[in-house]
Amino acid sequence: MSVAHQNGSAPPGLVPGASARSQPVTVAPGTEAGIRISEVSKVFGRGGSALLALDRLSLTVDPGEFVCLIGASGCGKSTLLNLVAGLDAPTSGEISASGQPIALMFQEPALLPWLTVARNVELPLRAGGVARGERRRRAAELLDLVHLGGFAGKRPHELSGGMRQRAALARALAQDAEILLMDEPFGALDAMTRDLLHDELDRIRAERGLTVLFVTHNVREAVRLGDRVVVLSSRPGRVIDEFGVPIRRPRRIDSAEVAGLAAKITDRLREEMVRHGK
Amino acid sequence: MASSSGRAGLATAAGTETAALAGLDNLELRQASDSAGDRARRIWAAVWPKLLAIAIVIGTWELVHLSGWKSDILPGPAAVFSNLGSLLHTSLLWRAIGTTLRRAVIGFGLAIIIGVVVGALVSRIKPLRAAVGSLITALQTMPSIAWFPFAIILFGTTTQAILFVIVLGAAPSIANGLITGVDYTPPLLLRAGRTMGLSRIAMYRHLILPASLPSFVAGMKQGWAFAWRSLMAGELLVIILGQPSIGVLLSNYQDQADMTGAISIMIVILVLGIVVDTIFTRADIVIRRRRGMLDPAPAAAAAGLPSLGWGWLPWVRS
Repeated sequence: MSVAHQNGSAPPGLVPGASARSQPVTVAPGTEAGIRISEVSKVFGRGGSALLALDRLSLTVDPGEFVCLIGASGCGKSTLLNLVAGLDAPTSGEISASGQPIALMFQEPALLPWLTVARNVELPLRAGGVARGERRRRAAELLDLVHLGGFAGKRPHELSGGMRQRAALARALAQDAEILLMDEPFGALDAMTRDLLHDELDRIRAERGLTVLFVTHNVREAVRLGDRVVVLSSRPGRVIDEFGVPIRRPRRIDSAEVAGLAAKITDRLREEMVRHGK
Repeated sequence: MASSSGRAGLATAAGTETAALAGLDNLELRQASDSAGDRARRIWAAVWPKLLAIAIVIGTWELVHLSGWKSDILPGPAAVFSNLGSLLHTSLLWRAIGTTLRRAVIGFGLAIIIGVVVGALVSRIKPLRAAVGSLITALQTMPSIAWFPFAIILFGTTTQAILFVIVLGAAPSIANGLITGVDYTPPLLLRAGRTMGLSRIAMYRHLILPASLPSFVAGMKQGWAFAWRSLMAGELLVIILGQPSIGVLLSNYQDQADMTGAISIMIVILVLGIVVDTIFTRADIVIRRRRGMLDPAPAAAAAGLPSLGWGWLPWVRS
């Protein structure tokens, strides 16, 4: 139980259609951060009904690092992801992210129901002005990557929930982003599908050297996936604790090590809830 | 290519993972096959109530006829259908249908163009929304026949007068359909579009317009109903010499107190209206089915008019 980062573990040259940016990123301490959130506050509304969602929250995610955010309801996890994705502006503080664009995945796949799976994956490429032939080729490659190669011509409603979420992952990857933000992406899936998608995400993230900020309610999932688990307080959201995950990959969600650390984190979360109960 | 050889080199753990994933996918996608017999039964289930409805109407009509109520002016179904049969062999009826349908197509086409332009502007420009939005609703509540005096004074007894009223009747529904569709684009999809980096125009083209298509088709369907009514009213009121139309024929039969002829023409109007309405209904079903907004089985039944084959006939059932 010593290795925290396994980013370099995927043998080089495994990346389909390898481009310079999909090489695994080596973590060099001291270089520009993947994501740096400093003293960020977010207030919704004005005057008496104003709601402080985030309170001087600071968090740094290294390039190639997988950080899981965990917290009870109302800790502003989704707000934070929106700010990092640039969908909303912080009230104060600063967010810097190396490498644009930033891909964002939601709990719902948010695929366009009238397009086939392949066209859905092509959409970000289309927005980026990629030519048609190249678009087709890259979409097919990405669908192979998430094992949906045989379903390119299907429409989202013809797929299962897990398959749709994989298609959404392929679409997020089509943006060729170095940073992937995930807002409870597996929250609506059954446990067995979720397990398999954890393996998928592990593999793809290692192949592509992605920096991931992953929000979840599920403590075990956080320990299963993350290099680091960050615990947020509720109303307003701020970082109250942080746990490194020194468990060797590949991990299993039902292993004793994962369960042990998850129990510790759960206790910490309970303390926080007790504080709100008073 | 490179990707497949690369994946083959991955650890065995990844191999079992892939196999498990494929297995799960197959388990979740297994669907009951749809035999021809099932389909015929479904279509028959959708069609027999309609046949029964027609039988009830004709039966009641025949009973009234047999009872002798107003027997001097009210013909029975047999007389009307044989009259209709012989009318269908005259060129006059077909010329009239041609004139009427041409007006319908031109008028409805103009209504679509104007409705789309107005709808697009109103849905995009906020200040217009408040003012024009309520104006559109007000227009919709106005019975289109009330526009005819205005149209006739403005254009005289011309085709333009009829087209004018068709457009006024149908365009508001079409504009409203588009506006509603744009308004109800799922916010999650908009968010997804923004994270994908779609520009404003790309957002409209790839996301908002396709998302509003079902509502737009519903608006067109409603618009067609208004257009068809306006057209019939117009043809009864605006009679242009030398241009036989459905409305002119109906009006002539009224003048001659020829009830058999009048009912024959009414049946023609009814059938034409239903045929066009069916086209919109089918378009609606196709769109919804592609998007998974529809349970496939009842949809097929609803769409299963005779065009799907002859399986709906009881003696062809397998």
